[in-house]
Amino acid sequence: MFDKILIANRGEIACRVIKTARRMGIATVAVCSDADRNALHVKMADEVIPIGPPPAAQSYIAMDRILAAVRESGAGAVHPGYGFLSENPAFPEALAEMGVAFIGPPKDAIGAMGDKITSKKLAAAAGVSTVPGCMGVIADADEAVKIAREIGYPVMIKASAGGGGKGMRIAWNDDEVREGFRSSKNEAEASFGDDRIFIEKFITQPRHIEIQVLADSHGNCIYLGERECSIQRRNQKVIEEAPSPFLDETTRKAMGEQAVALARAVNYESAGTVEFIVDGERNFYFLEMNTRLQVEHPVTELITGIDLVEQMIRVAAGEKLAFSQSDVKLSGWAIESRLYAEDPYRNFLPSIGRLTRYRPPAPRAAGPMLESGNWPDEAAPGATGVRNDTGVYEGGEISMYYDPMIAKLCTWGADRAAARLAMADALDEFELEGIGHNLPFLSAVMMHPRFAGGNITTAFIDEEYPEGFRGVDLPGDQLRRVAAAAAAMYRVTEIRRTRISGRMDNHERRVGSEWVVRIGDREWPVTISADPAGSDVCFEDDECLRVESDWLPGQSLARLSVGGGALTLKVDKLPGGFRLRLRGADMRVQVLTPRQAKLACLMPEKQPPDTSRLLLCPMPGLMVGLAVEVGDTVEEGQALCTIEAMKMENILRAERRAVVARINAAPGQSLAVDDVIMEFEQDV
Amino acid sequence: MQEILDELERRRAAARMGGGARRIEVQHARGKLTARERLDLLLDEGSFEEFDMFVAHRCIDFGMEKDRPAGDGVVTGWGTINGRQVYVFSQDFTVFGGSLSETHAQKICKIMDMAMQNGAPVIGINDSGGARIQEGVASLAGYAEVFQRNIMASGVVPQISLVMGPCAGGAVYSPAITDFIFMVKDTSYMFVTGPDVVKTVTNEEVSAEELGGAGTHTKKSGVADGAFENDIEALLEIRRLFDFLPLSNRSRVPQRPFFDDPERIEPALNTLVPDNPNQPYDMKELILKVADEGDFFEIQAEFARNIVIGFIRLEGRTVGVVANQPMVLAGVLDIDSSRKAARFVRFCDAFDIPVLTFVDVPGFLPGTAQEYGGVIRHGAKLLFAYGEATVPKVTVITRKAYGGAYDVMASKHLRGDFNYAWPTAEIAVMGAKGAVEILYRKELGDADRIAARTAEYEKRFANPFVAAEKGFIDEVIMPGSTRKRVCRAFASLRGKQLQNPWKKHDNIPL
Repeated sequence: MFDKILIANRGEIACRVIKTARRMGIATVAVCSDADRNALHVKMADEVIPIGPPPAAQSYIAMDRILAAVRESGAGAVHPGYGFLSENPAFPEALAEMGVAFIGPPKDAIGAMGDKITSKKLAAAAGVSTVPGCMGVIADADEAVKIAREIGYPVMIKASAGGGGKGMRIAWNDDEVREGFRSSKNEAEASFGDDRIFIEKFITQPRHIEIQVLADSHGNCIYLGERECSIQRRNQKVIEEAPSPFLDETTRKAMGEQAVALARAVNYESAGTVEFIVDGERNFYFLEMNTRLQVEHPVTELITGIDLVEQMIRVAAGEKLAFSQSDVKLSGWAIESRLYAEDPYRNFLPSIGRLTRYRPPAPRAAGPMLESGNWPDEAAPGATGVRNDTGVYEGGEISMYYDPMIAKLCTWGADRAAARLAMADALDEFELEGIGHNLPFLSAVMMHPRFAGGNITTAFIDEEYPEGFRGVDLPGDQLRRVAAAAAAMYRVTEIRRTRISGRMDNHERRVGSEWVVRIGDREWPVTISADPAGSDVCFEDDECLRVESDWLPGQSLARLSVGGGALTLKVDKLPGGFRLRLRGADMRVQVLTPRQAKLACLMPEKQPPDTSRLLLCPMPGLMVGLAVEVGDTVEEGQALCTIEAMKMENILRAERRAVVARINAAPGQSLAVDDVIMEFEQDV
Repeated sequence: MQEILDELERRRAAARMGGGARRIEVQHARGKLTARERLDLLLDEGSFEEFDMFVAHRCIDFGMEKDRPAGDGVVTGWGTINGRQVYVFSQDFTVFGGSLSETHAQKICKIMDMAMQNGAPVIGINDSGGARIQEGVASLAGYAEVFQRNIMASGVVPQISLVMGPCAGGAVYSPAITDFIFMVKDTSYMFVTGPDVVKTVTNEEVSAEELGGAGTHTKKSGVADGAFENDIEALLEIRRLFDFLPLSNRSRVPQRPFFDDPERIEPALNTLVPDNPNQPYDMKELILKVADEGDFFEIQAEFARNIVIGFIRLEGRTVGVVANQPMVLAGVLDIDSSRKAARFVRFCDAFDIPVLTFVDVPGFLPGTAQEYGGVIRHGAKLLFAYGEATVPKVTVITRKAYGGAYDVMASKHLRGDFNYAWPTAEIAVMGAKGAVEILYRKELGDADRIAARTAEYEKRFANPFVAAEKGFIDEVIMPGSTRKRVCRAFASLRGKQLQNPWKKHDNIPL
């Protein structure tokens, strides 16, 4: 076994590898760019070697710098993580020349699978099912129909030179093929000056399901079940789970065996992933093979109990797999949510900056990982597990240079429903402030009926959130529980206020028991009767909800029991109430006395102020950067220009989505307060 | 007997109706509550004790003798806010437009006299068309009587003005003298002369909102200390502010049970100051992480944002915070920020509220606008305020403390009790570049030598240790432990006694 390994990566995956290496008694070496000097993986590793400036091309992808670091460190092996150099066949080759092991597949396997066409041919040759289609040039409509019939309907007619949906038609019968062939051909000619057309099977209700394979250098190769990654946004995976709610045992076995066949065909070693697209009838077709550890590998670990990083290291050290296919048992259900620094309310615009608050839920081991002893967290009672893989910490920075992923939150449960609800709870408990993030969106998906039903496809997000994410409206009974919690909590804060010093003796304020809770345009008059253990919040229809909690005024997270059920709220104070967040909902909750509530009805509804269509200079300074041009559509929060004042660079951002109509200043220009820098068109 | 009792109830009911149902309806239609409704929300339920409910004016001109409503356009009395006593007046716009008569003024004066005598704050709710023109000079005399009391009460009991409607002409000078002015967005305005007079005299066309609305006074003039969305939010927030304030200069700061560990460590603060010295950071994060429960009542949040002021609690006790804000103008001191902070420090000192100062200041803002505007005199106000203050003073330098601004920001030399610095502090006469250009003028042509000199200067002075060697910094502390250190510092100063020499009064550079 190796004494020391170098991790040629950063962020959560570097931390992830370090954890397992440490458990195995292997010393670790981190590499870091200048932007990562204070990063978590740097703090965790035994040694650190700086490798260059922040841009990845000059640091994490700069192979010569990584190789120099490997040489300097004296590490016996290198784990590449994912991304960066992990699928560059030249990297293992260069390491091999140095006599250093690569914790990953052989270079030839990487090379073979790295090319889309080669990999498809290899797959077909290995008996792996590929998307049926005709790659050759099709002469006329009759030939097109003939091919379409062979493939089976529906089919997709595509321009060879196509892209962006141009020259693309879906046909469900012969007539549509004839028509589609002609129009595609014309469109392709017009758009690309190339009228070549091909036809392939159109996959209906597509799901992204992938098989994890694991192979050693002694000819053993097994599969560790599947992961479903259908919840994607613009081809970026957002939520993954294992197993898939869609596969049956037969399909799983067939997919697994084909994946193993492909791995064997390229003499694969280490961990790898064979991606398939699966249609509504459980027909599956090969997409590509990823010759590395996947981001979403934890869900497989959680249901198999196998530490994939450990296996990769052992395989790289020449060990035989210690278990065979029949030893692999899938147990329970695991879900992963990727927390990204992107603002779901602003069309998922990336957000960078400082994590002023970062408090993930406490890890909790359960299921196979606990039984196998492969996860060193403390065991906790309860049927669900929580695991958070991250590379950040509170006070750390999400930098503009790298992937905006903050963390991978995983839960395990005995079945899908348990894992899903554990995830919803864990997301409720996850405190994250300072930057825009997709926690509310993840919560919304967890509670979405279609996701809960497992009826998902890769089009889920586009279909369910066609207008983007606009927050969540809680169901009525849930809202009522929130109202009860808010009333009880507000009463506690008001009682504390009456304990102030300097009171008039014997004329203290008595906090009443009647309150009115308002959330949006809904209102609940309640009566609270409190005892030392909690309070009973009674509604006008005589329903009473018992609220118990150890929450104290000022705490930002409230764990409550409301009507016997658990409720976790993120709490911020507001005049006369709270801002409460849970399950993706973000609510301004007012708790008023009956008198206040009556008078509050007299207050006018105010329209949100008409933010000006002008960008005014907020300070005297020098414009040093201009990030947009006239005619650009800018998203809310997007950087517009940079003003240097007192040697500080201040980035001015768009207050809302708009089109730039005029720019009245140029870099190098001095500006005074309220100078008009930019004018915008009417709302778009 | 019953009839006599009924007569009282009848008179009370009439008085409570103010200007009558129709005018109340109009008041509501404008999005405003009535004078009594406002007091209902401001004070603890059932705690209001009214004075002078039946006072009526004495004017006999212009037919006024025929219309003498009980109360005369202002509701006065006392009540409690969370059990603590407060004197209040609330002008009633439904009665003669809330205009101020001789008797209206007398009612206000009565409760102000009582407030000073009994040591409780005064909260005034302004909603008045101005002087009662029919009364002529008697009305003006009434204003002056109120002003005189505002002046006498200043520094004796806290005075808060809540402008919830018009407040124009001479009337503005009563709020102006009080400690805090708050406004309600869209429904309140303050100006010395209204848009019509402005048009006549200067030909400027300006709306009442632009001339003296909440936006104008919270952002441009700095006259108002804050603005709220509506009457309800305003009154709830004034209750919140009241909980921070002592009752008078004879009582100590209030204490409240707190649920936050004074020893709480915030590791995130260790990374608050960015590696790049020219990158701004948000000083409010430090304030929120140091404060009990992250509770910060900010004053003048929208004005002179390069300095942040407001109230927090430490171990349940009120502390005033002054902090340079690197996010705005790099946290520089200028005319507006000096005036803003100086007045706040003097308020804290007057009422024995300890002052916590966070320093990241690159100096005073250069330029003709500042010099012509008198930055020398205005900057001196903050210096003066800190120097005369005898309350406990704890200062933490987070990054830059350059030049005269270092002296000004509650330095050791201005009787700072605890002067802490973070390891990231740079305490020097100026930044390295400027200093080297002066010290090594002859070498300016040689870029390499200048670079070496700059590095040398940075190494020597861009740290807190030169100041610490001289005892100007009592201790260099870990940023993450700031709350703990500051709490302990103030705890140790609870017995502080310090007197300035006797004087009739000082001559602060106004």
